[in-house]
Amino acid sequence: MELWFTENHTSGVKFSIKIKEHLVSEQSEFQKIDILDSFDFGKILVLDGCLMLTEKDEKIYHEMITHVPLSVNPNIRRVLVIGAGDGGTIRELCRFKSVEHIDMVEIDRRVVELCREYLPQTTCSLDDKRVHIYYEDGLKFVRGAENEYDLIIVDSTDPFGPGEGLFTKEFYGNCYKALKADGILVNQHESTFYDEYAQAMKRAHSRIKSFFPIALVYQAHIPTYPSGHWLFGFASKKYHPVDDFNAEWWLSQELKTYYYNRFVHIGCFALPQNVRDVLRETKGADL
Amino acid sequence: MKLDQTRAPLYEAMKEHRLNRVVPFDVPGHKGGRGNAVLSDFLGADCLKNDVNSMKPLDNLCHPVSVIKEAQEICADAFGAENSFFIVNGATGAVQAMIMSVCKAGEKIILPRNVHRSAINALVVCGAVPVYVDPGENKQLGIPLGMTPEAVEKAIEENPDAKAVLVNNPTYYGICSNLKAIVDIAHRHGLMALCDEAHGTHFYFGKDLPPSGMSCGADMCAVSVHKTGGSLTQSAVLLMGKNVDPDYVRQIINLTQTTSASYLLMVSLDLARRNLAQHGAEFYEKTVSFADYARSEINKTGGYYAFGEELCNGADFYAFDRTKLSVHTREIGLAGIEVYDLLRDEYGIQIEFGDIGNILAIITGGDRALEIERLLGALSEIKRLYSRSPVGLFDHEYINPIVVTTPQQAFYAEQETMPIEKTAGRVCSEFVMCYPPGIPILAPGERITEDILDYIKFAKEKGCNVTGCRDMKVEYLQVIK
Repeated sequence: MELWFTENHTSGVKFSIKIKEHLVSEQSEFQKIDILDSFDFGKILVLDGCLMLTEKDEKIYHEMITHVPLSVNPNIRRVLVIGAGDGGTIRELCRFKSVEHIDMVEIDRRVVELCREYLPQTTCSLDDKRVHIYYEDGLKFVRGAENEYDLIIVDSTDPFGPGEGLFTKEFYGNCYKALKADGILVNQHESTFYDEYAQAMKRAHSRIKSFFPIALVYQAHIPTYPSGHWLFGFASKKYHPVDDFNAEWWLSQELKTYYYNRFVHIGCFALPQNVRDVLRETKGADL
Repeated sequence: MKLDQTRAPLYEAMKEHRLNRVVPFDVPGHKGGRGNAVLSDFLGADCLKNDVNSMKPLDNLCHPVSVIKEAQEICADAFGAENSFFIVNGATGAVQAMIMSVCKAGEKIILPRNVHRSAINALVVCGAVPVYVDPGENKQLGIPLGMTPEAVEKAIEENPDAKAVLVNNPTYYGICSNLKAIVDIAHRHGLMALCDEAHGTHFYFGKDLPPSGMSCGADMCAVSVHKTGGSLTQSAVLLMGKNVDPDYVRQIINLTQTTSASYLLMVSLDLARRNLAQHGAEFYEKTVSFADYARSEINKTGGYYAFGEELCNGADFYAFDRTKLSVHTREIGLAGIEVYDLLRDEYGIQIEFGDIGNILAIITGGDRALEIERLLGALSEIKRLYSRSPVGLFDHEYINPIVVTTPQQAFYAEQETMPIEKTAGRVCSEFVMCYPPGIPILAPGERITEDILDYIKFAKEKGCNVTGCRDMKVEYLQVIK
């Protein structure tokens, strides 16, 4: 008998991983949570049928969503992370001694509890003294914050389901308000290869662009995400992610990484032509 | 409830009809969708297959004798009524049937002027004469409230020949009158008590909500089940008490209602009623908790005022419907209609209406917390990005009318078309209203004043959808010669 996990990347494209064992399957108040153990990718977290992370390639995503903004502004002290129930983003943030305070806002307590049980690789820093976990709606949390954070990281699921509110204009506007005058917003930005993701990506980009003077997109290659090519948004009131990149400071932190390095930092903002073409179609695009 | 509320006779009959695979040589001509593949694709094949016509096993709304009759009986039982009729022309149809059932041409009906246009339309059709009772007004919010029992009693004493009292309860904004007292006064004077409950389906099934018309002893109630009860748009029920002859009411309904009533609408009423009877209490508990939460968060935001029970005064604001999220916006310097437009155009959020100084969001148990948060997040952003000084904003929604003649006489009178700005002092022979909410600014037979013209001009400038006039641009008005 063979057991396979399959995710439909589109209605006509499937991605499958051979499974050793189905460890957890639970319907929480917000979504279906599955954790599986696979032969090639280690343990896998799946929410509502969509693959969120695998132990084998999660570092690519988590390094890219954290090291990029932190090495642009070494003075980042207060960080807000929306989503991130698997803890991977928190783990990477905690590696930086310069970060003093992290608020993590995750809507689904069960994701955190189950990940703590089965995915210690990513949840290992959730008990760090700097980390404060809030189980509530991300949009609600930022609505109540003003001029508080140096960095907001939106580590969300796709814009269909519980993460829907995190792709809206009201969310990005409230993030703008919650950031300090030199604040940076980094978000999981979908991908352009398949049309349905491209639409979400374009909408999100034009909304962010309407608030932030600097709004760029960068990329990473994540084998288990649809198309394998994934995007992040970098928006700031002040800093340009390449012009203001502080490579010396990042090197001085002596962090061992799997994917991110100072060359990747520069290169990830060099977007392929097809991505530039899609972005150019968005309102007020700046390439 | 005495009858078995787990039954849904029309739904059951329609399911059986589908299984019987009857060959359709009757209307509708789309023949189960095969005759209109694009529509069938768009709405779903099941929807088109269920779009059938009246036939022996499925009864006939004009003359109900079997499954529709049974469904209407169970419905009446669920609402605490003696009888009920399914209405496929919205609460508009139900309101008109109520009025035309109790008033003939020339007979008087007592009602507040802030009724929906459907009530005054009925007066145009049947020739009944309105006796308006001034609804109170909240000066801070600028909105009309309800009738007080004292004002109703005074109107009855001044018009002892009146046939009925009509109460709109709750108003669009969620304001309730002392319905029980008004019904008792009407009955004591031998008048029929009618209730436009278009926005009050939930009063029959929720806990700790203001009382329903039937529970207060009203003779007839028009209930727009589609608004907050979960049936399809355009479906409603007309409820009757024991003093009403349902066979006469059926004849009145059949004067104007279609003979091809939609089974999609009717079955949606049957299933909505079953669902409400079984799960209505939880559904509306969830509704109230969402609305209460939103009210308290909006009031924390500041600038906005999401009003509620604190305004109850025992008189013209007797009770408040807590499922309604009515928000006063004037203090942030934006007309309600501007906030309404911003929510849709900038944030992709469609609310029920925005008028001069308020917005209304319809909340139900069908909402999810994340959508409530989106609304709150967007309102907070609108305040941050667009608020300005409220100076120069119109401060009232309602202008007491000067009634010169009856709606029917005015509507059919010899008339002329005049540029709107020159009509002050003339008598209007048509309706002018913002839609929604659909409460006439001018009804046929009312004197046009400068204040009213200023209001219309302001509403047009702010982007309200001004409707009712023959001239769709509202640059000209029809006035009596």
